[in-house]
Amino acid sequence: MLSTLNTTADTPGHDPGSIAGGACVQLRGLNHWYGSGTNRRQVIQGVDLTINPGEVVLLTGPSGCGKTTLLTLVGALRQVMAGSVQVFGVELNGSSRGERQHLRRSIGMIFQGHNLLRCLSAEQNVQMGADLLPDLSYRARRDLARQWLRAVGLDDHLGKLPHDLSGGQKQRVAIARALAAQPRLLLADEPTAALDSRTGREVVDLLKGLARNQACAVLMVTHDPRILDIADRVVRMEDGRLIDRGDGERLWGADRLPDRGPDAIEG
Amino acid sequence: MTSLWRRRRIPLAWLLLTRQPGRLAVALAGIAFAGILMFMQLGFRDGLFDASVTIHKLFDADLVLMSPRTMSSIGMAGFPRRRLVQALADPDVVGTTPVHWNLMLWRNPETRLTRSILTIGFEPGDPLFTDPGLREKAHVLNQQGRVLFDERSRPEFGPIGTWFRQGRTVETEVAGKRVRVAGLVALGPSFGADGNMLTSRETFLRLMPNTAPGSIELGLIRLKTGSDRLVVAERLKQLLPDDVAVYTKQGFEEFEKNYWRSSTAIGFIFTLGAAMGFIVGCVIVYQILYSDVSDHLPEYATLMAMGYRLIHLLGVVAREGLLLAVLGYIPAWLAGQGLYSLVRNGTKLPAYMNNERSLLVFVLLLAMCMGSAAMAMRKLADADPAEIF
Repeated sequence: MLSTLNTTADTPGHDPGSIAGGACVQLRGLNHWYGSGTNRRQVIQGVDLTINPGEVVLLTGPSGCGKTTLLTLVGALRQVMAGSVQVFGVELNGSSRGERQHLRRSIGMIFQGHNLLRCLSAEQNVQMGADLLPDLSYRARRDLARQWLRAVGLDDHLGKLPHDLSGGQKQRVAIARALAAQPRLLLADEPTAALDSRTGREVVDLLKGLARNQACAVLMVTHDPRILDIADRVVRMEDGRLIDRGDGERLWGADRLPDRGPDAIEG
Repeated sequence: MTSLWRRRRIPLAWLLLTRQPGRLAVALAGIAFAGILMFMQLGFRDGLFDASVTIHKLFDADLVLMSPRTMSSIGMAGFPRRRLVQALADPDVVGTTPVHWNLMLWRNPETRLTRSILTIGFEPGDPLFTDPGLREKAHVLNQQGRVLFDERSRPEFGPIGTWFRQGRTVETEVAGKRVRVAGLVALGPSFGADGNMLTSRETFLRLMPNTAPGSIELGLIRLKTGSDRLVVAERLKQLLPDDVAVYTKQGFEEFEKNYWRSSTAIGFIFTLGAAMGFIVGCVIVYQILYSDVSDHLPEYATLMAMGYRLIHLLGVVAREGLLLAVLGYIPAWLAGQGLYSLVRNGTKLPAYMNNERSLLVFVLLLAMCMGSAAMAMRKLADADPAEIF
C-alpha cells in the first residue's frame, strides 16, 4: 500500500516553463497521513491522477474523504509525505519551502470563504494578485487588476471594501485575484458553498470561461451537483481513494451512499 | 526611479493601520504618551544637570583654581589667594580674578522669611563674567553694603526686581547684616542655589567675618589667546602646591555636574522614569501589533498561499512598527515642546528641546516599535497556508 514512487522518468523537465505536451498535474501513488503514533490515520491512499493543461476537473466525495488535503498537496501548501506530486513538471516530494512558495505563484487559489483582505478595496485585493507578476510597473499592475474586475463584472465596485460587497461579488473578486497572477493551474475549494444556486452557477460559469481563455487548468472540489456539468472530467474520492472516473452524471448517483467519515479509514 | 516604481506595491502596512482608525488612535496615544514620558524624564534630568552649572558657565575664565577639598558648589572650601598670584608667573596667564563664593541666609523683605542665597564676592574692577553688561553695573558695589540681586532668582526671595524698578529703596538682611540692593542682574537659579547675588569682596567679608584671611573659594585665570588650556593647566599643577586643584573651565563645569550625577539619585530616578515610559510603550505597541497580526492571520496565510514570501509579510509588520513610531513621535515631540516651556516658566529650569534628545527619544521609540514588531512577528509563524482551505 505504501507506494513511494518518485517517478521522474515521464516528466518533461523541472522547469515549469517548459511543459509543452506534459501534464499540468501528475500524482503517482500519493499517500498522506495526519497525526502520529496511535493517532496516525491515513487520509490519502495511493492516489493516481493526471490533469492536462486547460482541463477542468471536478473532485467530489463525502466530507472528510481527503479532497481538501489532496488540494493542499497539489497546491504546494503541504509537504508531500509519500508518493509523487508533479506540478508543471516540478516534483514536490522533497521540495523546499522556498521552492513550494515560488511554485505557488503560478497556482491560483479560490477559497470557500473567499479570504479577501478586509482592509483592501476590491481593486487592491485583485492587485495583490497582480503584484506577484515580475517586471510590471505599478500602473500596469493596477490596470491589470481593473481589467480583471471588469472581466468578472465588477467595474462599478472597484473602491469597495469586502464588507460592502455581497457574497457572490466577494467570490468574483477572489476569482479575479486568483486569475490576475496569471496562473496555469487554478485550485478551488467549494467556491459555491456560501452562495445561492443562481449566483453559484454564475460564478462557476465565469470561472470556467476565464480559465479556458487563459488555458489554465482547474481542479475544483465541490459538493454541488448542479455545477458538475461544467467539468471536462469528474473524479470521485472516497476514504482517501479515487474510486472511479468518468462523466459527471453517472458518478453523481454514487454519492447517495452513506457517508463513512474519516474515522472508518484505517491508518 | 523606474525600478522603485516597478517595485511599488499596495501599501499594505499603512492600510492595515488606517482602516482601523480606533485602534490606530489608541496605539498612537500610547506611543505618544511613552514618548512624552521619556521627553519629560530626560528633559528634567538634563535640565537639572545643566542647571547645576548656570553660574559656572558665566565665568570669564579659561582655567579655574579650587580647593581640592571642594566637592560641589554647595560646599566650597577655601584656598590661599597667594596661589592665584603665583599662577601669574606663568607666561601664558594674562589675568586672574579671586572670587568668594558662599551660601548665605537672605531675608525676604516682604514675608521676613529667610532662604539660602548664593553670594559671590569679587573686586568690582575685576572681570568676572563674560557678559560685558556687568562691568557697567559693578561700580555701584564699591560702596559698602551694596549688592546686585539676580532678578531671575526664585520668587521666594521677595519681589525685589519689581520693587527696585519702581524706584523703591530695597533693603534687607543677609547673614544678619543690613544690605541694600543697588542693581539687578540676570543669572538664573541653579540646582544648588535658588537665588544669587553679587557683592564686593569687602562687603562679602563683612557678611562673613569668619572667612580666613587671604582665603578665597575660586580663582579665575585667563590665558593668552591661542594658548593650549590643557598644557597650561598641566604646568600650573606642577607649579602650585597640593592645596589647590586646577581645572579647565569645561572641567570645572563637569566636576559640578558629576557631583549631582554621582552623589545624588537624580540621574538614576529620571533614567528609571524614562525606562518606565519605554517599557509601557513596548507593552502597548506589542499588544496592538500582536492583536493586529492575530486578527489578520487568515489573511496573512492567504497571502502565503498566493505565493508571497514570509519575509514579505514580516516586512509588512515591520513597516507597521515603523509607521507607528513615526506617527507617534510627532505628537510626542510637539507635546514635549509645550511641556518644556511649562517647566521653564514654572521652575526656571533650563529644559529645552535639543537635537540630541529629540534624536534619542526618536531612536528609543523606533527601538520600542521595532522590538515589539519583532515579537509580534513570531505570531506570523502560526499562519499556515495549508489550514485556510
